[in-house]
Amino acid sequence: MAEPAIQLIGINKSFGAVRANRDINLEVERGTIHGIIGENGAGKSTLMSILYGFYHADSGEIRVGGQPTAIRTPNDAIAAGIGMVHQHFMLVENFTVIENVILGAEGEPLLNKSIAKARSELQRLERDYGLEVDPDAVIEELPVGLQQRVEILKALFRGCDILILDEPTGVLTPAEADHLFRILKMLKDEGKTIVLITHKLREIMAITDTVSVMRQGTMVATRRTAETTVEELAELMVGRRVLLRVEKGEAKPAGVKLSVKNLTVKDSRGVVMVDGVSLDVRAGEIVGIAGVAGNGQSELIEAIAGTRRAQSGTVLLDGRPIDVTGHADPGELRDRGLAHVPEDRHHVGLVLAFEEAENSILGYHDKPHYLRGPFLDIDAIHADAREKIAKYDIRPANDRLKTANFSGGNQQKIVLAREIEQDPDVLIVGQPTRGVDVGAIEFIHKRLIAMRDQGKAVLLISVELDEIRSLSDRILVMFAGRVVGERGPDASEGELGLLMAGVEKREAAE
Amino acid sequence: MSAPFARLPRWADYGLVPVINLFVAFLVAGVVVLLVGENPLEAAGILVKGAFGSGQNIAYTLYYATNFIFTGLAVAVAFHCGLFNIGGEGQAYIAGLGVALVSLGFDSVLPWWLTFPLAILTAAAMGAAWAFIPAYLQAKRGSHIVITTIMFNFIAASVMVYLLVGPLKPASSMAPQTRDFLDGAQLPKLGWLLEAVGLSVRSAPLNVSFLLALLMAWVVWVLIWRTKLGYEMRTFGFSPKAARYAGISEARIIVVAMLISGALAGMMALNPIMGDQHHMTLDFVAGAGFVGIAVALMGRSHPAGIVPAAILFGMLYQGGAELAFEMPNISRDMIVIIQGLVILFAGALEHMFRPAIQTIFASISPRSMGVPAPKGKGA
Amino acid sequence: MVDALVQLLDATIRVSVPLLLACLAGLYSERAGIFDIGLEGKMLAGAFAGASAAAVSGSAWVGLLVAILTAVFLALVHGFASITHRGNQIVSGVAINFIAAGSTIILGQAWFQQGGRTPPLSGPARFEPIILPGADALRDVPVLGIIYSELLSGHSLLVYVAFLMVPVTWWVLFRTRFGLRLRAVGENPAAVDTAGISVTWLRYRAVILTGVLTGAAGAYLAVAQNAGFVKDMTAGKGYIALAALIFAKWKPVPAMYACLLFGFLDAASIRFQGAEWPLVGRVPVQLINALPFILTVILLAGFIGKAIPPRAGGVPYVKER
Repeated sequence: MAEPAIQLIGINKSFGAVRANRDINLEVERGTIHGIIGENGAGKSTLMSILYGFYHADSGEIRVGGQPTAIRTPNDAIAAGIGMVHQHFMLVENFTVIENVILGAEGEPLLNKSIAKARSELQRLERDYGLEVDPDAVIEELPVGLQQRVEILKALFRGCDILILDEPTGVLTPAEADHLFRILKMLKDEGKTIVLITHKLREIMAITDTVSVMRQGTMVATRRTAETTVEELAELMVGRRVLLRVEKGEAKPAGVKLSVKNLTVKDSRGVVMVDGVSLDVRAGEIVGIAGVAGNGQSELIEAIAGTRRAQSGTVLLDGRPIDVTGHADPGELRDRGLAHVPEDRHHVGLVLAFEEAENSILGYHDKPHYLRGPFLDIDAIHADAREKIAKYDIRPANDRLKTANFSGGNQQKIVLAREIEQDPDVLIVGQPTRGVDVGAIEFIHKRLIAMRDQGKAVLLISVELDEIRSLSDRILVMFAGRVVGERGPDASEGELGLLMAGVEKREAAE
Repeated sequence: MSAPFARLPRWADYGLVPVINLFVAFLVAGVVVLLVGENPLEAAGILVKGAFGSGQNIAYTLYYATNFIFTGLAVAVAFHCGLFNIGGEGQAYIAGLGVALVSLGFDSVLPWWLTFPLAILTAAAMGAAWAFIPAYLQAKRGSHIVITTIMFNFIAASVMVYLLVGPLKPASSMAPQTRDFLDGAQLPKLGWLLEAVGLSVRSAPLNVSFLLALLMAWVVWVLIWRTKLGYEMRTFGFSPKAARYAGISEARIIVVAMLISGALAGMMALNPIMGDQHHMTLDFVAGAGFVGIAVALMGRSHPAGIVPAAILFGMLYQGGAELAFEMPNISRDMIVIIQGLVILFAGALEHMFRPAIQTIFASISPRSMGVPAPKGKGA
Repeated sequence: MVDALVQLLDATIRVSVPLLLACLAGLYSERAGIFDIGLEGKMLAGAFAGASAAAVSGSAWVGLLVAILTAVFLALVHGFASITHRGNQIVSGVAINFIAAGSTIILGQAWFQQGGRTPPLSGPARFEPIILPGADALRDVPVLGIIYSELLSGHSLLVYVAFLMVPVTWWVLFRTRFGLRLRAVGENPAAVDTAGISVTWLRYRAVILTGVLTGAAGAYLAVAQNAGFVKDMTAGKGYIALAALIFAKWKPVPAMYACLLFGFLDAASIRFQGAEWPLVGRVPVQLINALPFILTVILLAGFIGKAIPPRAGGVPYVKER
């Protein structure tokens, strides 16, 4: 039997106190598609970045084709025949396709020769693999799917034998994803080795030959895809973790608190991210929005909360409109009883350089309670912060500590305490437990249920399907900017998964 | 501004690191002194003696420091809002026009204690006005404020040259300056403060503007750390996204911060014009706007750091004058070099020694470092 | 009439050259993502070092070489602060301007004792005008003769070099591998990094080029246009060059036009000082002096097109995000 294409032996990598990879061993056979699956934060991307020379392992050995290979820079990786398509594309946006393809692999000091060579090489790749793209198009004018194709072309142009793709379908439509898979199979038939990083089981089953599962920085198993099942992989991914079911009683929904009608939001490039979404949230219920990241959920809640401008549509808060297409002011919305726990607590929900107490008033800093005239009422602010620290068990219990020095779970508690303790009527929550330790997850879930039981309207988005299922009273599924279905809390994971994948749209819409 | 989160004890972060940076800056300055063939230690001795050796010297040192407190505060206020105001020089220059007009208009009718508040308000307003256009363009049209404030420094210089060689110059005079002010626009000296402790100040120009500068340092402290506005400025300075989330208007906070910054820079004009020369000359700002950058960087944008940093630069200016007298090879331009070196080591290279210091601290007392490093991005 | 115009244009060329060299210098650095407001300081240091070396050695070429070495040294300081230590590029530029302003005066006084001046240069210590072939013979040909002999001929070598640098820079930027990578690193350094190219080394090469060209600009001022260094002889030209760079939207050929425009304003303000104009009357010379800055502000405000700087400009490259 031939030497494996890649062998990783005893790879360790830490970022400060976080051990992203511990003692990882991995073998990838030549000419196969090898999947690496794991939850967000399991260490998949870190491992592949080490293989590509973007990060340095603290210890361990890399062998390519059986030969111990020192990969210190991407250049070493490229020389060893490794190419990588990053999750965030590494393209120069105002360059043409061909300029991006040759960057770093020009071969000649003068461009006209290298461009001419590249042009014929691109034609060959286009012919062989069906990778059509106009070589003179400017990247920023191309749709995301084609930009990804350019990334693949870049790797092939450098003559890679081993191609790593990091979450390649996150930004693709199902049709684009299918096309990508066809290309990957063709590459495999040509003898290339492909490593596919994903957290989607469907993709693993559809395309890989072997699959390795990562969990919390360790490699827990490797299976032949044909010999395993979705259930087994799912269990390996999450470990023997009992599903976090929160005890909760029946919802007693009352009147509509938040009403969204035909909301359309475009991103800065003019791409429609939210496409005519309508939904209602009633007092005393949690409405969860499930969906694969990037299907418009983030833009939806940002538009409702006033931190992103919408193009059209109306949003009613307690029957009164929010100026979502004009100058909705998050401060004014807070006054009207709408609280928002943003998805990105590091850059949006918190100022990491602030003391804890300063963050405990962010957004509410103009409430009379915290002010004496134009001055901050320091005593009131600190007393208030200490009260929240006690009530939410925020550790360390130091309201003068810089926020950056708290753990993820405690940072999230700071945000939740701030938003919940203002006693809002409507609470919008994005990814409440992302990067949060297990103990804090339970606490946060209980608080959200308690909010519901107090008769508040809660709108929840999360990429964790478990979280959506265990908290929501109604589940809406978003796909490609639209709400493609509504289900009860007892909907099966498989059913929701299909909706999230955008399949059987017609049935789902009923 | 872009400082990573402190992993050192506070005293090391705010005390030790700046002192080390400053020390290196002076070390390099010492090399320059060697290059011109003088003894750096001797030069340092003369400099310190020249700055603090007598009551008069101290008064001069504090007179210069007054300018730098104002401009240092101006730069610091903008820093807190994430803005780099390089335009203090021009804002102070234009503000001088306001000071001069008030002085020329009222010096014969009002006593100084009425002219002074009027002049303060006018100086602040004119300085703020000159900062307004760059601020507005940054807020509304995204024009890079560093570039526009630089351009406005040059435009201010042209305006003032035009006025001082033309409309503002008395017909009888050849020099490009206004007429001398009468008593009503001459600020009282503060010499008695030093004389009270037994020092002789003779004619040193230290005046009540110094007290105004100290007052402003306190006001800035209150503004930044004790008011809603300061809170909003700091929020925006650290994270524009968080500011938007918190309902803080980006355009408003940029403009307000720059108006305050411009007003503080503008007040600097009071000190030389009403406090010392009693007329307005060409180029009376003499680089104080730029010294403010060094002062703010060294003082880590905190008034408690800015005042001593300003006094340090006052010392360099006053001591440097004495030094130029004793060592003809070293003119006062030596200060400009030191200023540049301080900006380089305390500003652009502020993190150069930090890793080493952190390593030392970690090996002495690991507990003081009990903060995890920033997380890498997992899969 | 033609004589006066040719003289004005001739003066325009002379004063545009340092702007052009400094502007192209800034172009290399800023295209690579390193903002540089220290053009002024590097040019000033180059002028001083060039004049000093020319005075001591008696050779303009030695002067040019030393001017370039000095400016490259300062450019490396800027690179060290902003590339290696990821410091604030604006702060670093400001620092370099001060260091140059102070040390040229201190060292000049200490070394030559002439109040900050360097000894006057003459003969081979200066770059002499080059008379193009046939310039004298063609002088009497109407219009074209004077244009050739006065406007095109009779400049020092550095003038021709400066204008030659415009197509050269264009060619380097858009026709060579180095130029492609340089432009890429100013737009998206991560793309360059993952393509296996060192971001650090690429950016260092860019700032070195900036040093070379600012050094040449300084040498032109002190060793060609003038016969020695006088204190603060750049007098804001570095900033005008920066304004021209923005005005030209970071492109080489427009950069030349912008520098010629700003140079023309400068030359005209001297020539027409105090002149009465129909309709507007007397235009204050200060207004004309301020015009480059006013025009740049108007451009930056987006009223005449939009100046979009290289996307990664001013931001240190940090790999682990």
